[in-house]
Amino acid sequence: MGLISNGTTLLDAGSLDAGVTKGALTLIKTLTASSDSTLSFVHGSASVVLDSTYKEYIFKFINMHASDNDGPNDFTVNFRDGGSAYDATKTSSFFWAYHEEDGSSTQFGSAGSNDLAQGTGTQPISANPGNDNDQCVSGTLTIYDPANTTHVKHFMATTNSTEEGDYSINSYAAGYCNVTAAIDGVQFAFQDGTIDTGTIKLYGVT
Amino acid sequence: MGLISDGTTVFDAGAMAAGLGGSMVFIKKLTASSSATLSFVDGASDVVLDSTYKEYLFTFKDIHIQTSAKYLSFNASIDGGSNYNVAKTSNHFRAYNYESDAGRALEYSTGDDLAQGTGIQHIGQDIGVNNDDTTAGFLHLFNPSSTTFVKHFIARTSNCVSTPTAQDAFTAGYINTTSAVDAIQFSSSSGNIDAGDICLYGIA
Repeated sequence: MGLISNGTTLLDAGSLDAGVTKGALTLIKTLTASSDSTLSFVHGSASVVLDSTYKEYIFKFINMHASDNDGPNDFTVNFRDGGSAYDATKTSSFFWAYHEEDGSSTQFGSAGSNDLAQGTGTQPISANPGNDNDQCVSGTLTIYDPANTTHVKHFMATTNSTEEGDYSINSYAAGYCNVTAAIDGVQFAFQDGTIDTGTIKLYGVT
Repeated sequence: MGLISDGTTVFDAGAMAAGLGGSMVFIKKLTASSSATLSFVDGASDVVLDSTYKEYLFTFKDIHIQTSAKYLSFNASIDGGSNYNVAKTSNHFRAYNYESDAGRALEYSTGDDLAQGTGIQHIGQDIGVNNDDTTAGFLHLFNPSSTTFVKHFIARTSNCVSTPTAQDAFTAGYINTTSAVDAIQFSSSSGNIDAGDICLYGIA
C-alpha cells in the first residue's frame, strides 16, 4: 500500500518515494572499539556499503583511545584495492598546528614523516595521541567515489588529538589512492597497540 | 491527505514535514561533459540558492579537466547568472608532496588569492590531465541571500597535480557585496571540464 498526499506519492513498496526531499547524509555503519587491533569497513560485510551507491563517504571517529603511549603512535588509515590486503598505493600531504598545554611550544608546518610518496603502508591521520584516561583522537575522513575504476581516489582527513606530551595537535592529511581499481575496504588502526575504545561511524552522501 | 503520528505531522501537502528527514538536503547534481562552465542558478533547473538555507555546500567528485595544470574555479552572480563578476577578497594556501618524494611544502599561494578581484577564484590546483587525474573536495557558501553582510566561502580540495603531486588546497574569503548572490558558476581556468560531478546541498 502506498501513501499519496496531494497527488504526490510519499511512501510506496516499503520505502520513501525518490521524489520526497530527505536527508542527504545516511548512516551506514557504526563500529565500537574494544581493545581491537584494527577496525575495518568492508563492502558487503556486516551491512557495510562502500561501493558505487554513493560517490562520497564520510567516516567520523569519536574519542579513539589508544592502549599505547610510546610515540610514534599515530592513528592511521589504509585502503583495500582488491584482494584482502590493505595496501593501496598512496601519495599524500600532511600538516599540523600544535600547541602545548603549558603554552611553551607551538608549531605550524608540514610533517614529512607523516606523508606518503607512492607508499603502500598506513597513512597517519593524527599525531601520536597519548593513553592517559582522557586522551583521544576525534575527527573526520572523506573518501570520494571509491568505486571509480578510471580515476584515482581522493581522501581528506581533519583530526584533533591530545598528544602524549600534552599537546593539542590539529592535523590535516589529504591525498589520493593512486590506483584505478575500486577501493572496497577501509581500515583504521594505531601504529602500536590496540584501539582500546572509541566509535567510528560511516556515512554515505547522496 | 496528511500523515499524523502521535500528534506530529509527518507528511502533508505532498512533502515531508520540515525538520524531518535530515538537515543536509540534496538539491542538484550537475555532471560535466566537456563543459566550459557548470552553473547553479537560483530558480532554474530546480536549483535553490536563496534564503531557504543559510548554508550551502557544493561537493566535487572526479573533476577531470581538459587542459593541463589549470585550476578548478568559481565565480558568483548577483543578477541571476547574467554576469559572474562579483568582487572577492580571499586567501589561499596549500600543502603538497611529490609522488617521487622529491619535495614537500606548506605555503601561502599569492597567485591564487584575490584582492577585490572580480575574476574567477581558484579552488583546485594545477590539475593533471592523465586519464586518472582529478580533483575532489567541497565549497561552503554562507547565507548567500543576505542583503546586509558579505558572503563568506570556505573551500578545500585534494588535487592530482600535473607534476605529479598530491596537493591539499585551502581557499577562503568573502564575496564583497551586500546584494544577494543568486548563482554560482564553476569552470576550469582554461579549457573545459571534461568530466565530473558537482552536487549542491542545503544545510538546514
